[in-house]
Amino acid sequence: MRYIPNSAEERAQMVREIGLSDVSDLFRPIPEKFRLREPLRLPPAQAESDVLALFRRLAAENASAGEMTLFLGAGAYHHFIPSLIDALISRAEFYTSYTPYQPEISQGTLQAIFEYQTLICQITGMDVASAALYDGSTALAEAVLMAERLTDRRHVILAATVHPEYRQVVQTYTKTLGFDLTLADYDRETGCLDPTSVRPTPDTAAVVVQSPNFFGGIEDVETLAERAHDVGALLIVVVTEPISLGLLRPPGSCGADIVVGEGQSFGVPLSFGGPYLGLLATREKFVRQMPGRIVGQAFDHQGRRGFVLTLATREQFIRREKATSNICTSQELCALMAAIYLCTLGPQGLREVAFQNLQKAAYLSRRIARLPGFSLRFRHSFFNEFVVRTNRPVNQVLRRLQQEKILGGLALGQFYPELGDCFLVCVTETIPREELDRYVAVLEQETSSS
Amino acid sequence: MRKPEYHVTRSESLIFERSRPGRRAYSLPPLDVPETALEQLIEKRFLRSGPIEGMPELSEVDVVRHYTRLSRWNYAVDLGLYPLGSCTMKYNPKLNEKVARFDGFINHHPYTPEELSQGSLQVIKWLEELLCEITGMKAGTLIPAAGAHGELTGLMLIRACLQSRGNPRKKVLIPDSAHGTNPASATVCGYGVQTIRSNERGLVDVEALRRAMTDEVAALMLTNPNTLGLFEEEIEEIVRIVHDAGGLVYMDGANFNAFLGIARPGDMGIDVIHLNLHKTFSTPHGGGGPGAGPVFVGETLEPFLPVPRLVRTTEGTVRLDFDRPQTIGRIRAFYGNFGVLVRALCYILTLGADGLREVAEAAVVNANYIAHHLKDTYDIPYPGGIMHEVIFSDKWQRPYGVRNVDIAKRLIDYGFHPPTMSFPLIVPGALMVEPTDTECREELDLFIEAMKAIARECRENPDLVRHAPHTTRIGRLDEVTAARKPVLRWRPAEPTSGAEQSR
Repeated sequence: MRYIPNSAEERAQMVREIGLSDVSDLFRPIPEKFRLREPLRLPPAQAESDVLALFRRLAAENASAGEMTLFLGAGAYHHFIPSLIDALISRAEFYTSYTPYQPEISQGTLQAIFEYQTLICQITGMDVASAALYDGSTALAEAVLMAERLTDRRHVILAATVHPEYRQVVQTYTKTLGFDLTLADYDRETGCLDPTSVRPTPDTAAVVVQSPNFFGGIEDVETLAERAHDVGALLIVVVTEPISLGLLRPPGSCGADIVVGEGQSFGVPLSFGGPYLGLLATREKFVRQMPGRIVGQAFDHQGRRGFVLTLATREQFIRREKATSNICTSQELCALMAAIYLCTLGPQGLREVAFQNLQKAAYLSRRIARLPGFSLRFRHSFFNEFVVRTNRPVNQVLRRLQQEKILGGLALGQFYPELGDCFLVCVTETIPREELDRYVAVLEQETSSS
Repeated sequence: MRKPEYHVTRSESLIFERSRPGRRAYSLPPLDVPETALEQLIEKRFLRSGPIEGMPELSEVDVVRHYTRLSRWNYAVDLGLYPLGSCTMKYNPKLNEKVARFDGFINHHPYTPEELSQGSLQVIKWLEELLCEITGMKAGTLIPAAGAHGELTGLMLIRACLQSRGNPRKKVLIPDSAHGTNPASATVCGYGVQTIRSNERGLVDVEALRRAMTDEVAALMLTNPNTLGLFEEEIEEIVRIVHDAGGLVYMDGANFNAFLGIARPGDMGIDVIHLNLHKTFSTPHGGGGPGAGPVFVGETLEPFLPVPRLVRTTEGTVRLDFDRPQTIGRIRAFYGNFGVLVRALCYILTLGADGLREVAEAAVVNANYIAHHLKDTYDIPYPGGIMHEVIFSDKWQRPYGVRNVDIAKRLIDYGFHPPTMSFPLIVPGALMVEPTDTECREELDLFIEAMKAIARECRENPDLVRHAPHTTRIGRLDEVTAARKPVLRWRPAEPTSGAEQSR
């Protein structure tokens, strides 16, 4: 077996050297009755070329962005990924290393994470950021638990426009801990929250709002922050499409106390939902309740600057049952990808990508809105996603687009029964104008065919 | 004369310090749709006033050199032995990386309709089925994004199951030889934690367990083999005691590589187990993730598994099932760390049943080989029945004023990554060595020689060991000050200090 360097003979020799007669002697601690007599029922070992062919076949069964034009977003976005990212993260010194527990020989990862933390602070307008959580949804659940620790309250108001899967994850995480979750409904006209209808009480730990929200709409974060702060509650802002931060005011300057988000848009491939990257940033005074790893600056005896994992007392290492979170392995390689992406784009590039997303989404939405039988469902400012309402069956429309190699959007009825006649469309910088026009043309045919 | 400041032996400045106004590393095609004024699309009060302050401006060469230089300051499995006990760093096959990057996988959107996602869904379902066979469990979920996420999921399943019987109960028993994340996971799941001590052989004290097992106990959370590298020989009795009192047995399967293909947790009566795919199934650790921590259960817990479940239809296709009335709900958006799952499946198919068994054999032989050759040099507090990892202590070196951390740092000078020292908590001055299956005899011999040389240095020149490492770019960093006065980000105004700050 080529991944095991020692040959069977070498191993047998080593066993004899240890003073045993057979390798099975080493497994004596496992009770005899539990030791397998038959080999596992698995497919036989395959040659590298056969494995490649097999997976090539499997990969080809998917309709990927390579062969379809993708208008799907909803928490996972198809952005252009500069070539240098894969080249750099494919360096074995990055991807085959472990958590940087030994700073003297892990400065590469540590410095990269320190820089990542800084970049996340800069784009969110917050003071401190953790070194990546699993993904946006679990980052939100962690933020809600963090808000409870900070306020000692267990009532949480969740906007109905927060990604439905994120809300479900929060529900799962808090169910056993006796949290009281309230849903703040969206305005049926605007598709955004009406801040005056969000009524936190002195028992409220946090108000959770997503912006741009699940329908793409930009929420009035500032007013919501004021309402939360009036009763001593925290405002948690969720960002599933952080490219928007290239144009939008950062949540930090709108009064957010904790910003969580999905960092996938920053150079991480779609990859059928993962691995992704949970962003979490907060204010300086809350740092000791922040979940996940943190890297800090340190100096050696000669005054040379280096970086170390720090504030680890919050984690499982010490006072384990008092740990603020159980997170151990997280997503450092994805954090590295995000850092490289942001450094490659720089402030100008991030703004330009965001600008193109906005302009292209606006263009397509205008053209769709002019088609008979189609309209924009909500009256709000949006970033790169918008909700289309149709007078024909949504699935029929999406299937029609599919026939033309277009994944046209996400049917909303599965998450919002009242929006059964609507679908969510996402446009990124990766879609050229001809494809936008072709999308409109297919919808046009669909209307004229009836 | 000025030397190049970025030579690999020199400090690399922060990326922000390399920034120069006007440089750019990206290119975008020109906007090809008619442009609308920004403020017509988005209300002005929602817009940023200008580009983001402090973000670096760089050329492509700047970016590539910066990260390439940083990479050279990392130790990695591809460079040599990484004996981090219980963290398990084995070789990461290149084939897995290639397969995981196929366009059909990485450019596949999670909301693509089921009929157009069969490739990815088949990968997940197939891996789930193979891992059920390998663990001997009935069903599983591949959604948990890491081992600790799997722990939390497994405990939630236990809670939901006990709740359905009328009482979720109050606490979880955790042996003192468990992984550090176990108590934290129990706490996040709303359980109190009670520690069960180990006996003189380093195994769960069965009598202590019997006494602790009341109707308030929801579960025993057992790491097996435990962090002493020992298999819990009395597993059958342990399971019986917990079950008889109405509790459930959780197995932390982080060390499953020790008996892969030799025995199955399911056959031992384990109710729920999580695996760490990056440990047992060779997926890379990436400097701290992503990993994947799938959870497998027996019959009792199956109805409570998180949604979506993957179901094979009679036509052989795979569909997502959300209709599970007793489910704990959703534990993560979408379907987990899919890219990691592809790599693990690739590994299993490459090895087959015999190959997996050989992995366990090679790992256990290698650990025992190291133990055998160092047993007269370093104290082995629990020498009986060593499996995939061996735990030394610094007991024999302490009289010279040298601690485990010094020995570990000195190993760096000999070219190795240090072993784990945080566990097990019951061994003072622990050095937990796990060579894994993918190390050859010559590498093990080199390691053994280095450890012997350090032991000699401890006697003859302890100061040399105490101040190690001597060969790295930076010396030991002052972690105490770093934690007391945390500097967690760069700021433009921050004055930099230190001798080597360039420019």
